[in-house]
Amino acid sequence: SKVREKEGFFGRLRSLLTGKKELDPSIVEQLEDVLLTSDVGVKTTEVLLSAIRESLSRQELADDEKVWEALRAQAARILHVSGGGGLRLDSSPTVVMVVGVNGAGKTTTIGKLATQLKSEGKTVVLAAGDTFRAAAVQQLAVWGKRVGCEVVRGKDGANPGAVLFDAIQKAKEIGADVVLADTAGRLHTKTNLMDELTKVARTMTKALDGAPHETLLVLDATNGQNALQQAAMFKEVLPLTGIVLTKLDGTAKGGVILGVTAEQGVPVRYIGIGERAEDLREFDADEFVEAMLGRPSKAEEAAA
Amino acid sequence: MFETLSRGFRQARNRLAGLTELTEQNIETALREVRLSLLEADVEIGVVKAFLSRVKEKALGRTLEVKVKHGGETHEVSASDHFIKICHDELEAMMAHEGQEIVWAQSGATGIMVVGLQGSGKTTSCAKLARYLDKEGKKPLLVAADMQRPAAVEQLKVLGDQLKIPVFNIPGASPVEICAAAREHAKKQGRDVIIYDTAGRLAIDEPLMKELADIKSRTKPDNIFLVVDAMIGQDAVKTARSFHDRLDISGVIVTKLDGDARGGAALSIKEVTGAPVLFTGLGETTDKFEPFRADGMASRILGMGDVVGLMQDF
Ligand SMILES: Nc1nc2c(ncn2[C@@H]2O[C@H](COP(=O)(O)OP(=O)(O)OP(=O)(O)O)[C@@H](O)[C@H]2O)c(=O)[nH]1
Ligand SMILES: Nc1nc2c(ncn2[C@@H]2O[C@H](COP(=O)(O)OP(=O)(O)OP(=O)(O)O)[C@@H](O)[C@H]2O)c(=O)[nH]1
Ligand SMILES: [Mg+2]
Ligand SMILES: [Mg+2]
Repeated sequence: SKVREKEGFFGRLRSLLTGKKELDPSIVEQLEDVLLTSDVGVKTTEVLLSAIRESLSRQELADDEKVWEALRAQAARILHVSGGGGLRLDSSPTVVMVVGVNGAGKTTTIGKLATQLKSEGKTVVLAAGDTFRAAAVQQLAVWGKRVGCEVVRGKDGANPGAVLFDAIQKAKEIGADVVLADTAGRLHTKTNLMDELTKVARTMTKALDGAPHETLLVLDATNGQNALQQAAMFKEVLPLTGIVLTKLDGTAKGGVILGVTAEQGVPVRYIGIGERAEDLREFDADEFVEAMLGRPSKAEEAAA
Repeated sequence: MFETLSRGFRQARNRLAGLTELTEQNIETALREVRLSLLEADVEIGVVKAFLSRVKEKALGRTLEVKVKHGGETHEVSASDHFIKICHDELEAMMAHEGQEIVWAQSGATGIMVVGLQGSGKTTSCAKLARYLDKEGKKPLLVAADMQRPAAVEQLKVLGDQLKIPVFNIPGASPVEICAAAREHAKKQGRDVIIYDTAGRLAIDEPLMKELADIKSRTKPDNIFLVVDAMIGQDAVKTARSFHDRLDISGVIVTKLDGDARGGAALSIKEVTGAPVLFTGLGETTDKFEPFRADGMASRILGMGDVVGLMQDF
């Protein structure tokens, strides 16, 4: 109905774009569908669509190709946050703390990072800071064995701060280049567990000035809008230096990361694309946008 | 707790405040707000559309009561309250499930196969399920059939030890071999429920999906549960559909509901596969496990328990 088209958020977007007669209303619907099914979320979708309108001239708005190009450009712009790229190993040892909700891929990411660093000739110490989850220490130990690096572990149920303190001491002793500190998964809503992270980080600073030098938040690409809350809450308790977006090898697009970077200004540093040691890549914004917003081919359109 | 998240529904309600009748015109705006709210709750787009059209159909042409008795007091009820109630009831109806959670074997041990994406909470849920059944007087056997993830077997063993529930595994064997052998083992040990913990996998991983199909055909489980993380986004439907097409899942366990995820997947998956959500995970420890309640979930998605409570009485 006419009323529906004219009012409300989606109606407004539609009239913004369709009001200019030259734009096919179906393209707006297409863009919305792609963005929302990619988990970009309503708010960021709105931001992107109005940015397109702003950036294009009336004539260009009529041009499907131009519209999709503009969408990709706007998305990439959001993702180009300063401070990206690989780990900065300025300090010796450099301490990297890895945090995130349960099952996001923290321990696996540490195994992958260790593999990369080792192949670059670095000496790595893994710190088994998850003393809570069943066999979390053993899981990290398997990775340590695979990679061929030292794993510092405490007893089950040990104080995670103490384990990480020991690991940093050990790294200093043996002149290691990097300490990768695993932590137990925790939901961002659990205040006591979030406070524990602050304490653990403080203990690390006591072991080594400036540590942790990098604090990486691991986000699962299959997550929807909840990732926004995760990023906000983890950033509240820790000075995050980067995000690792895991499980991008599946069918999930990970579009929520647009909103996350826009809101938190924390760069995505790595992506996880599988369970194996070599399945980690440095994040490339343009590549990511291409994978998410590459224009649906005619075949895909026909299938939909 | 969900106050801020239910903004859409509150707005919908405000827009209808003071009205005594639901019409095509006055619910359009409200429906749009509901659409936004559901999308923010990660309900899949297609499911959102289906939901809206049903709500609309139900809402139009209703005669509205303007007063209700609740707890001995009379309250004014607006058109918006009715609208919320309709949304809630429809959500609940879409997720509701009748009958028992677990299908029991006619003879021999009952099999429960647990599958899902990586890190969704399968191993933890297997242990929770074992504890739950143990408390009901069953004698479960846990089967560690994830030979892929580092220390996955140890993880299940630690949990089994904590619960004093046996865990079966054959070092070095394939998952299919392990699961097949578990049946014999259960028989010998007099265990009456077998819970198979499988490795996490993507639905598009053909060799691993075939492995699940093989396990299924070798063990003929009475139940196949898909474990889904409450934080999952739009991919929930694609994933659930793929697992369902391949395995014909019988039920769903939604985990990590102890956080603030709205859990729209619970709605999407039931709608798309027909497989009901049966259990929920509400924490990391094995006692944090409960049968699913559709009304609780509907309220969670709506964030309007107060109004719904009020409307329950008439
Ligand atoms: N497909 C895929 N799976 C991944 C990726 N990263 C991790 N995983 C898998 O996800 C599951 C969880 O990974 P973990 O590394 O144990 O996650 P975690 O965050 O340490 O989990 P907790 O310590 O329990 O909170 C494992 O089965 C991993 O193999 C990825 O990039 N792609
Ligand atoms: N807060 C919370 N955490 C949970 C819940 N269920 C599982 N977890 C946690 O989520 C993480 C992953 O759980 P697992 O049981 O190892 O998941 P999985 O599906 O077996 O993982 P893979 O075997 O690696 O695919 C662990 O840290 C669990 O403690 C839950 O209901 N609430
Ligand atoms: Mg871990
Ligand atoms: Mg597991």
